[in-house]
Amino acid sequence: MSEPVCQCGDVPFRVGRTWNPERIRGDFPVLNQTVRGRPLVYLDNAATSQKPSAVIQAVCAYYGTCNANVHRAFHYLAAEATRRYEEVRRAATTFLGAASPREIVFTRGTTEAINLVAAGWARRHLRPGEAIVVTEMEHHSNLVPWQLAAAATGARLRFVPVTSRGELDLEALDRHLADGAARVVAVTHASNVLGTVNPVAEIARRAHAAGAVCVVDGAQSAPHLPVSVQEIGCDFYACSGHKMYGPTGVGILYGRSALLEETDPLLGGGEMIERVELEYSTWAEIPHRFEAGTPNISAVIGLGTALDYLESLGRPAIAECEGRLTRYALDLLRATPGLRVFGDAPERVGVISFEVEGVHPHDLAQFLDTEGIATRAGHLCCQPLMRRLGVPAVSRASLALYNLPEEMNRLVDAIGRAREYFRRGA
Amino acid sequence: MELDDLYQEVLLDHYRHPRGAAPVSDRELVMEEVNPACGDHLRLAFELRDGHVVQVRHESRGCAISIASASIMAAFVEGRTPAEIRAAADGVIAMMRGESDLPADGPEDLAALAGVRQFPMRIKCATMCWHAMKAALDRQDA
Repeated sequence: MSEPVCQCGDVPFRVGRTWNPERIRGDFPVLNQTVRGRPLVYLDNAATSQKPSAVIQAVCAYYGTCNANVHRAFHYLAAEATRRYEEVRRAATTFLGAASPREIVFTRGTTEAINLVAAGWARRHLRPGEAIVVTEMEHHSNLVPWQLAAAATGARLRFVPVTSRGELDLEALDRHLADGAARVVAVTHASNVLGTVNPVAEIARRAHAAGAVCVVDGAQSAPHLPVSVQEIGCDFYACSGHKMYGPTGVGILYGRSALLEETDPLLGGGEMIERVELEYSTWAEIPHRFEAGTPNISAVIGLGTALDYLESLGRPAIAECEGRLTRYALDLLRATPGLRVFGDAPERVGVISFEVEGVHPHDLAQFLDTEGIATRAGHLCCQPLMRRLGVPAVSRASLALYNLPEEMNRLVDAIGRAREYFRRGA
Repeated sequence: MELDDLYQEVLLDHYRHPRGAAPVSDRELVMEEVNPACGDHLRLAFELRDGHVVQVRHESRGCAISIASASIMAAFVEGRTPAEIRAAADGVIAMMRGESDLPADGPEDLAALAGVRQFPMRIKCATMCWHAMKAALDRQDA
């Protein structure tokens, strides 16, 4: 195997530093360990990313210095907790390029965010005979909520197929939009299997031209690409904190304010009301209408620190360095005998699914684990896409900003040993 | 926890050369079992002749453990009675759950699956075919 060449050294930080992989890795304490006697190689970032010390400390600092419920009491701690919580809403507004903090709803994650749109907006607006357009490459979290909405309203689902390159067939999208029946187009920004980055701005434009709203699943794009919901022009955009170096249990739903105003809350209770009578209630203003009960305050505060961390590295720099590492990994994997990479889209993130001849994905993941390499195997919550690819399961390596070319070499070397290992008995 | 405990030579031999593996047509199919969590897929066929299970065939798609387990099962059940097979299935499932030791008169090569018990995520891979076999016998009774 050739020596790794990291080409990231010349990308300037926004804050004037240069990209320093060792320094970045030092920010993530979990990476500094051996697993099964080898330095950990963590390549399951599409499932969840690791957390920098700053995020872990922010969560601790909240509990250690200002733990209180938000938006309620008049005492100092409550005011401080509320201030930090709402500061994150403003940071998220900037991070996603939204027009106003009123358009930022904190949820438990992407799944809850999409369910809020499907149950709160779509069920209220869809009529029998209308259509919801989704795609074959959706994660179950951007498919099942629409199945539920369709069942509840009598709307029909229409599916945009995936081409052999792993891209969406936009001509099929146009056919689905042609009769004007579509009210929703729900699409992932970046595929959690193929890594494909979809042209969501163009899809949003076509959806709007046909009278539909556009819902974008940003779980795999927000951590890796500069995102501006206003530039995309989408109506809703959902992402998860834990996939972008923040804590678990928090996500963001962006919704255009006019659409959030006509969205029903999923949960009723404290904090989401304005006036409560015994027989009826009026709701709080958006976005508080959608945040019933005590929210995951510590996770929101940790997410704020994660957003700061990403901005401090510079999101264009992140995208550029991850892009180089992705190309390096793809070149290595494609040159590996008996290995086939799924998808070949030119616009992509560092999510790479593949199969290895003679080694089932679960057996491969088990083998790689014994060398301290964490990957994912299975249907990846995309059973319809697995059927489209003609496989029951795939292996997946997904990259993050702290991964190194050396780690790609270790992955490929280990895959070679796995092939030998499972050749025993042949 | 050693990988060789999981993937023993005997297990890999069953994986590479599964006993009783053959295409199973829809007409022959007695039981189909899918583990949607991992995509493992088993199609099982056999006949009951004079109170004995014969002509056992399975069409398996899955990991090395699931295929080896189906192979070990197919070799064992051929020519046995449903009662013997049910008892063996219960013994294998209990062993895989760690509730009992390796059964003394259980399927040949079953010891090759003993290492799977150290890998809780993989136990279902080994037991799915036995659950399918029991369900198939129940269906034949019905």
